[in-house]
Amino acid sequence: MIYAGIDIGSITAKAALIKDNQLMGTHVILTGYDPINAGIKVFEALLKKTQVLKKDITAIVSTGYGRASVKFADKAMTEIICHGTGAYFINPEIRGIIDVGGQDSKAILLNASGQVENFAMNDKCAAGTGRFLEVMANALEVELNQLGDASLNADKPLKISSICTVFAESEVISMIAGQEKRENIIAGIHDSAAARVAILASKIKIKEPVMMTGGVAKNKGMVAALENRLGFKLIVERSAQENGAIGAAVLASKL
Amino acid sequence: MSDKLSEKRKIKSAKKMRDIMTTYYIDAMTAGQNNKQVAWITSGGPVEPLVAMDIIPVYPENHGAMIGASKMGEDLCIKAEDLGYSSDLCSYARADIACAIVKGGPLGGLPKPDMLICCNNICGTVLKWYEVQARYYNVPLFILDTPICHTRYPPEIATYVRTQIDEYIVFLETITKRKFDYHKMAQVGKLAYEAQLLWQKVLNTTAQKPSPMSAFDAFFFLALIVTLRGTQTAVDFYRELLEEMEQRIKDGISMVPDEKYRLLWDNLPVWYRLKWLSEKFSDHNACLVADTYTSAWCGAIKYTDENNFLDSIAEAYTRIYLNIGVDQMADQVLDMIKFYDADGLVMHSNRSCKPYSFGQMDIMRIVREKTNIPVLMIEADMVDPRNFSQSQIETRIDAFMEIIKQKRL
Repeated sequence: MIYAGIDIGSITAKAALIKDNQLMGTHVILTGYDPINAGIKVFEALLKKTQVLKKDITAIVSTGYGRASVKFADKAMTEIICHGTGAYFINPEIRGIIDVGGQDSKAILLNASGQVENFAMNDKCAAGTGRFLEVMANALEVELNQLGDASLNADKPLKISSICTVFAESEVISMIAGQEKRENIIAGIHDSAAARVAILASKIKIKEPVMMTGGVAKNKGMVAALENRLGFKLIVERSAQENGAIGAAVLASKL
Repeated sequence: MSDKLSEKRKIKSAKKMRDIMTTYYIDAMTAGQNNKQVAWITSGGPVEPLVAMDIIPVYPENHGAMIGASKMGEDLCIKAEDLGYSSDLCSYARADIACAIVKGGPLGGLPKPDMLICCNNICGTVLKWYEVQARYYNVPLFILDTPICHTRYPPEIATYVRTQIDEYIVFLETITKRKFDYHKMAQVGKLAYEAQLLWQKVLNTTAQKPSPMSAFDAFFFLALIVTLRGTQTAVDFYRELLEEMEQRIKDGISMVPDEKYRLLWDNLPVWYRLKWLSEKFSDHNACLVADTYTSAWCGAIKYTDENNFLDSIAEAYTRIYLNIGVDQMADQVLDMIKFYDADGLVMHSNRSCKPYSFGQMDIMRIVREKTNIPVLMIEADMVDPRNFSQSQIETRIDAFMEIIKQKRL
């Protein structure tokens, strides 16, 4: 039987299909202005890609901030439980998860059977989220997906002291005006965001091995900054961004 | 059918309480016409001497809760910020200070005080807040200073606070130009004691499964024990409310339909989101059965001696929930988790209330270490809705409930 998971995030919409406890495929699109339509589009694109018919799907679980807008889902569940389930499905050794998405970041603690024991999320502030990095990429005129590589070439990372995204942006603008090296500014941005996320991990006393999930896991500079702050290595899978959708599909198989 | 059921779930005493509160506020508003004096007093302050002196006590904090519940907090907080007060200042203080000037809020402002009584057992902010109001209204201010009792109540503190109770009475005699009636004080003391016992019994009824009421109801019914403590009205009302709760238990009427999960709430309510939060938890078949807030008005009853009221209230008012050490607060939370058989603890990290929110991380850790129940922290504010982020709080609550449900499987 085939099960689907759909994760509508604030920036991207993800879908995943599993069959006989194996991942069949995933797909990612931009959420855009219309989350209802994004859910339909990402699901249909994945069906086409995997050549699966809609009628063959046994159950669907939706997740993410737009979870309620996926009207055709059988159940909506939070991204906390979906990321936990997804990480455990990919690697049952995992005990900790750091998920940095567009709108929020969270640290999740799993028990040996893959259940969520505890979690912590960022407060009402964009610091330490993908949106923070997006704002900074715009200020620096760098493509979001190039931030990671750029920061790995930093020779003297700068310090961003403002926690507030808006104030941090003006700090970055002053650095640009001061003709600081772009790579050094980017490394500083990553460290600033990593510091916020590391607090969440310590709040729940995260246990290793820890997997990093969410779109920001694709940013190598951010992963390095986080590892530096946490003092241990993070496991990053190719499916990090789709991990929530994978977890949702696994949960659909248990409905 | 469902309408009938929801009608059955409604607590009948609610109407009576609204009527009592309306009468109380009309009396307070018309005090001047009836040659009565009005004292503004902090929520944790000793009100009984005022009742004994026939002075009408008015609570800016209760008013703050009304402002919050009527969703009028944001405009008043902005007004206070326009006046130069920081947005980090308590939203009760901001709303009250602004309300005094613009005569806003659901009552069009509180009646002008003849005196202010400020007891710092609940927080330090009240000192400056009441000083501001004493200057604004140009009225005398009495400050009752209750040092924090982290572990015990040493004789130095006992003497210090007890002396101030006498000074408080002299203050009242001076302002009213009347002698203090110690005989009446003893009667008022007995009524206050009785009302607190009844309030505790009302709160205890939610240990029943299913719970006949929720903390959201307790937040509402709290108003009388705060404002009319020491009166026969409060005693009569809580006796009726207790009877109604006992009848609901007999009839098996629960507040949350199909109650499956029982939660404990910590900190003040989010007044402007009571309905939303109540429905949110109810959708998960979860009932907030108890809270640390409403029980604060009967939590120190063990220190009160109804036959020696004035002597004992020094200790009772000093050793309230917000004026003790975090370890002792955690012990109370642990006792409540056990008594109410709670499946989870929901902590409101309240931007306004620093003394309430300050020790929460420690209490959270202690609860996690000593029990197996999940703990949720939501960040908000009791009156200022600008500190409430719906989608983030919704995700936290949903995830918290998923964890609780998972534990049951």
